[in-house]
Amino acid sequence: MAKEKKGVRLEHISKIYQDPKTKKEFYAVHDTTLDIEPGTFVTLLGPSGCGKTTTLRMIAGFESPDEGEIYLGNEAINALTPNKRDTAMVFQSYALLPHYNVFDNVAYGLKIRKLPKEEIKKKVMDILELVELKGMESRMTNQLSGGQQQRVALARALVLEPGVLLFDEPLSNLDAKLRVTMRTEIRKIQQKVGITAVYVTHDQSEAMSISDKIIIMSKGKVEQIGTPREIYYHPKSRFVADFIGEANFLEARVEAVKGEKAAITVSGQPLEVNNFAGAKPGDTASLVIRPEAAGLSEDGLLDCKVTLSTFMGSYQYYQAKVGDVTVQITDYNPVNKKIYEVGENVKLNFDPNGVYIL
Amino acid sequence: MAKSQNARLERKKFYSDPILVGMIVVLLIFLLLFILYPLLMLLVDSFYTEGRVTLDVFKRVLSLQRFRKAFTNTLVLGVITGLASTLIGLLFAYVEVYVKVRTKVLKRLFSVVSMLPVVSPPFVLSLSMIMLFGRSGIITRSLLKIYDSNVYGLGGIAIVQTMTFFPVCYLMLKGLLKNIDPSLEEATRDMGASRWKVFVSVTLPLLLPGLGNAFLVTFIESVADFANPMLIGGSYDTLATTIYLQVTGAYDSTGAAAMSVVLLSLTLILFLIQKYYLERKTAATLTGKASRARMPIEDKSVTVPLTIICGLAAAFVILMYIMVPFGALFTLWGRDYSLSLKWFQYMFKTSGLKAFKDSFVLSLIAAPLTALLSMVISYLVVKRKFKTKGFIEFVSMLAMAVPGTVLGIGYIRGYANGLFRTGVMGGLYGTGLILIIVFIVRSLPTGTRSGISALRQIDASIEESAYDMGANSARVFFTVTLPLIKDSFFSGLVTAFVRSITAISAIILLVTPQYLLITCQINEQAEKGNYGVACAYATVLIIITYGMVLIMNGLIKLFGTSRKIKEED
Ligand SMILES: Nc1ncnc2c1ncn2[C@@H]1O[C@H](COP(=O)(O)OP(=O)(O)O)[C@@H](O)[C@H]1O
Ligand SMILES: [Mg+2]
Repeated sequence: MAKEKKGVRLEHISKIYQDPKTKKEFYAVHDTTLDIEPGTFVTLLGPSGCGKTTTLRMIAGFESPDEGEIYLGNEAINALTPNKRDTAMVFQSYALLPHYNVFDNVAYGLKIRKLPKEEIKKKVMDILELVELKGMESRMTNQLSGGQQQRVALARALVLEPGVLLFDEPLSNLDAKLRVTMRTEIRKIQQKVGITAVYVTHDQSEAMSISDKIIIMSKGKVEQIGTPREIYYHPKSRFVADFIGEANFLEARVEAVKGEKAAITVSGQPLEVNNFAGAKPGDTASLVIRPEAAGLSEDGLLDCKVTLSTFMGSYQYYQAKVGDVTVQITDYNPVNKKIYEVGENVKLNFDPNGVYIL
Repeated sequence: MAKSQNARLERKKFYSDPILVGMIVVLLIFLLLFILYPLLMLLVDSFYTEGRVTLDVFKRVLSLQRFRKAFTNTLVLGVITGLASTLIGLLFAYVEVYVKVRTKVLKRLFSVVSMLPVVSPPFVLSLSMIMLFGRSGIITRSLLKIYDSNVYGLGGIAIVQTMTFFPVCYLMLKGLLKNIDPSLEEATRDMGASRWKVFVSVTLPLLLPGLGNAFLVTFIESVADFANPMLIGGSYDTLATTIYLQVTGAYDSTGAAAMSVVLLSLTLILFLIQKYYLERKTAATLTGKASRARMPIEDKSVTVPLTIICGLAAAFVILMYIMVPFGALFTLWGRDYSLSLKWFQYMFKTSGLKAFKDSFVLSLIAAPLTALLSMVISYLVVKRKFKTKGFIEFVSMLAMAVPGTVLGIGYIRGYANGLFRTGVMGGLYGTGLILIIVFIVRSLPTGTRSGISALRQIDASIEESAYDMGANSARVFFTVTLPLIKDSFFSGLVTAFVRSITAISAIILLVTPQYLLITCQINEQAEKGNYGVACAYATVLIIITYGMVLIMNGLIKLFGTSRKIKEED
């Protein structure tokens, strides 16, 4: 449906704000370079205050970057006002026009584009059908549920067939269950229409479930860009590993290196690993172990002592101490497995060639 | 850190919206020409004569015994009126918020009392004062048989001003008292404090900045008031009346300009203290809403006397207003109290019809312009970022601190011979247009203030979404902003109309025989001692303004946005 899918490119974008209290200037977004490909669904993910909204608002044109250039397709758009940009935004608060009904809300942008009446009517009806709001065109917006308002906001943006669709935490005002339904729906519609979408959220499961690519941000900077899988299984930093899913970190010391192979110690216990190319003796590293990738058994890699053992239904949840580090373990489908009790001395098992971070 | 690119881009974006730029330019020109320029001319006139900067004019003015007297008179009057209005306002507010009042009547009385000064010309109480307590007053002469009663002077003005201005204090303080968390007072009471002690040690300290604020607001009103001192001042001249007489009697407009600078400095200083110090402090000490309802005081030894005092005071104020139509209906005040319509007939036979038509038409033109302009200013100030924003906000608020008399003199000096005495725009002076402009300037600050507070309630993203969908600033303003603050727009419309049709202080200096205005007619007739005619004018004026308020409220009910939205949820 979209006239033309457009990519978005940010080149060395920075945004400086002044702290209203201390009057000190700081980088809300710092030297960010991104390349969002046409037709993809990309999520900006990060903790609150890391600069996601600021980045999105710079793409929409509400804020001007202090450094760098933004491209939409091949066009540099820094100097364009929001009304001249081929972007459409879905706001966190929906921002529906309260004095218009559903139809007029969706038709607002089309009327500005001076489309013929008949065409407006057809487009609005088609979009309302797509977002499953048919028959509600004459309702006022405050007669709609949260989820329906969300759909109007989406329809209103989609109907303009923008080069790129922008979302700022669009689901944060909905209850948990509706959030899950709506996110799949947004993803479905995006794929159906084939539009480029930039989506902001601080909810990692939301990001994982809908994105082609996730951009992890922290303190105004991009930490990592990758597919949900890459981000989950190959986090490049402790921050990313910690932010996406649960992660255990075991501190390791490199003792000797031979090619890719290395001898390391974890809490004083020796371990052989195969993927430490480039490390030098004396380096320290963190082994990243996802709770579901670790297990307990009689024979394994590292000595540990169980400090917590809880049955959670679909899995058995353990906490165990390796040296003085507490490791979390989720053992799925525990029905026929041996259950270890608090105080038992066992071994921790994992893939020693999994991820490490220097 | 380098912010130059941001500034450059913002500038580019700004200039790519020609309607927005146009709006701002028009606004700047308006504010410069009709607020700043006339005030500037006053400064020029008083410091610059015969091609050099000099203090001669000031020296001359300051050596006038009349002027020095007027200056102290103004201050004394301001303090008395300010204190009295604040105290009475506090009493009314306290009774309304704290005291269990058994009768609904008192509440109704309070609301009538606080509405009356709004719909009546600000000086009708002077008329009733004279008719009740003057030499041939009903109470003094007919009831008490006092034949040499004198209401003219400080006492008379102070009483009349207090009655006119205390409702403002009452409304301000009522809002503040409602925000005091009852648990604060209950906690003190719990520790064994008496009611009086609670009032003195908890309520009063919390309220102190608010009281200061109310005092200053009335102080400024009193200092700027022209018509009351004019009517009932007798030989007690204030700065406003002295300036007026300096122009109309002594034909000394440079002297008047220097005096105006003094008066303006006075109100400006008070205004700055009020706005930038006390208003903030009030907001800081009393923030948010009370957590729950307050248990009203039921103790009879408190409620009965307070109810009686307030009831009597309110009734007295209302009696004063009722005197106005009666003044018009009695055949001859002080001698023959039979009812007749002769004053009305007289009024309509002479200049009445033209006066009503002129006043009505000019105000009717000014009101929508004022309302629209104040909404545009509020929109720009609250929702847009641009360089001259602070300036626009400051100047449009500054107009609040400028006494009408000062503005009038400024317009005379600034426009009588064209811009900078060059004859450019010389055609403006003496026309209806300049009267309309004065009306607009005089009502702009109130409208802007209400518009700003209405707009602050609207989530910024609603307008942003419209902008994002492709609307330019003008379209956003007319299709989103304005409909969302319709209520504020309409009430601004009513206020502007009422303020315009009841205005006198600036207008009386600028009106030419070509236009007859009601307020000027009232003033003229009262000066001549024709109280019957003056009352007839005032009565019809009150009917017009009250009627307009009713019509407007009806229209708001019909078309107001908030109603439509409320009804459907
Ligand atoms: N207009 C502004 N003025 C000053 N600081 C701001 C402004 N907008 C955002 N910030 C600050 O910039 C940082 C990033 O904000 P934002 O992009 O909204 O974060 P996020 O959306 O990731 O939660 C925060 O520290 C925020 O307080
Ligand atoms: Mg945000």
